[in-house]
Amino acid sequence: MQPIVTNALTKKFGDFTATNAITFEVKQGEIFGFLGANGAGKTTAMRMLCGLLRPTSGEARVAGYDVYTQADKVKRNIGYMSQRFSLYEDLKVKENIRFYGGIYGLGNEAIREKTRQLLQKLEMEAEADLLVSALPLGWKQKLAFSVAILHDPSIVFLDEPTGGVDPITRRQFWDLIYEAASRGVTVFVTTHYMDEAEYCDRVSIMVDGRIQALDTPRQLKAQFGADSMDDVFLKLARGK
Amino acid sequence: MRTIFFLLQKEFLQIFRNRSMLRIILIIPIVQLVILSNAANYEVKDLSIDVVDHDLSSWSRRLTHKLTASGYFRLNRQTFDREDGFRDLQRDQADIVLVIPPHFERDLVREDKVTLQLLVNAINGSKAGLANAYAGSIIRDFNRNIRTEWLALDERNGPPVIAVTFSNWYNTRLDYKIFMVPGILVVLVTMIGAFLSGMNIVKEKEIGTIEQLNVTPIRKHHFILGKLIPFWIVALFELAFGLLVGKLVFSLPMAGSLWLVFLFAAVYLWVMLGMGLLISTFTETQQQAMFIAWFFVIIFMLMSGLFTPVENMPHWAQVITWFNPIAYFVKVIRMVLLKGSGWADIQFFLLVMLGYALVMNGIAIWNYRKTS
Repeated sequence: MQPIVTNALTKKFGDFTATNAITFEVKQGEIFGFLGANGAGKTTAMRMLCGLLRPTSGEARVAGYDVYTQADKVKRNIGYMSQRFSLYEDLKVKENIRFYGGIYGLGNEAIREKTRQLLQKLEMEAEADLLVSALPLGWKQKLAFSVAILHDPSIVFLDEPTGGVDPITRRQFWDLIYEAASRGVTVFVTTHYMDEAEYCDRVSIMVDGRIQALDTPRQLKAQFGADSMDDVFLKLARGK
Repeated sequence: MRTIFFLLQKEFLQIFRNRSMLRIILIIPIVQLVILSNAANYEVKDLSIDVVDHDLSSWSRRLTHKLTASGYFRLNRQTFDREDGFRDLQRDQADIVLVIPPHFERDLVREDKVTLQLLVNAINGSKAGLANAYAGSIIRDFNRNIRTEWLALDERNGPPVIAVTFSNWYNTRLDYKIFMVPGILVVLVTMIGAFLSGMNIVKEKEIGTIEQLNVTPIRKHHFILGKLIPFWIVALFELAFGLLVGKLVFSLPMAGSLWLVFLFAAVYLWVMLGMGLLISTFTETQQQAMFIAWFFVIIFMLMSGLFTPVENMPHWAQVITWFNPIAYFVKVIRMVLLKGSGWADIQFFLLVMLGYALVMNGIAIWNYRKTS
């Protein structure tokens, strides 16, 4: 069964249709890039899939659960990381890990073990007792991602996870994403960086609430006769 | 339960890591109690009086002396010119001017009748009323003395006078502070209940972490309890701390059971926490939440009977106080601490608070949406 399946998923705010009957599937262990200009409806679609927003019509199943009736089960099985926030700046690194581990129902022993592994992987053992506010942005984002998958969700949603950091840190961040995907975690990621779109297994591009293109980066470039994802994006977003 | 435990742990870490918060928790009670209860004093003493004495007789001097010896009046100026008195009233140097007419003594002796004039600065109505009443009663007393002296009667055979003796119950020395301290304790716990809880929830909206919490399996009631319980505990701690300061600094009497005070506070706080929660459901920034909470708290506070007795309000305003939680707590804490009221006396008020808490939290929870 596919981790994310939607059918004509629609969200209207009054007369405005933010997401217009989008239909797509995401495969297990895939890195799925969800692209679109600002205001194209990406965030609305993502919020519906996470159970934060109730769709106006259409169907969506995430991790096998219906987003209308089983939002709690959906939440238990996904991880989520939004662009700026998610960690508490006035808590220490290990306190953040402990808090999120705790509310996902991990036992004390599991929290201790996970904390150790996570800090080791990020090479942040020395920073465990620092307040998150004292960390550089890139570190915060890597930490936030690791915390979002602390409870071993089958899907992780990333909403512009690398905004505002340097290319090297972004590269390191994507190493973390690859590593998670290799363990079978499905990654659903929105981004404005077209070089990141090239890293994805498949990419969808939203324009005005609709999905206008959905394929592998290679196929998309061939389809639109473009050299890079940047060109593909510009052709789609402008070519109305 | 485990979820709530982790939420509480997080909140307490954040509260105690916030230095200004710690200062607020420890310094506010001391400042409020020590300064406010000394300043909010309604005893009227030392009224300054101008005596315009056109007579300068032994009787007029006796009257002046009687007024200043009473302890309520301080002689500001003694003059022959009424204009001096007017000027002092205008400059706010005199609260009251007594004008003794020429031939005061002569008319008193010959005509058995004389008229005095009292001019009262009535900008502050209650002070003016008291000044007028004090002066009036001293002059009446003076009048009675004259009559007994002239009739050469001693007091025992004098004209019948009803003498009233009285004793002040529950606050025998009419110490205003003892009356104010319990009320100020109410203000203290109210601030924490109504302000901090709501602002804390809105803060998570402001910095965006609420989004992250909303995608976790945390349930609505977990989140709400995790937010309200810490401030419930902090406020009860504040009450205990405030009572201790009251006891040590003001020798606040504790005639009734402290358990009753805490029981009532525990229920009362859920009303205030519910109000904070409700405000947080329809505000997006801490500024908005603060402003709305302030709006309600200031009205509740001024109409609570803390500073002015509820019984002095017009009837419609008294009806409003039936819905004023602060008024209930002010009343109950004074009843229990000063008067020693027991369970039977306060159970009705406690029930009202319980109902209020349920309604307030019910609306707040109903209004609180985890998904939109």
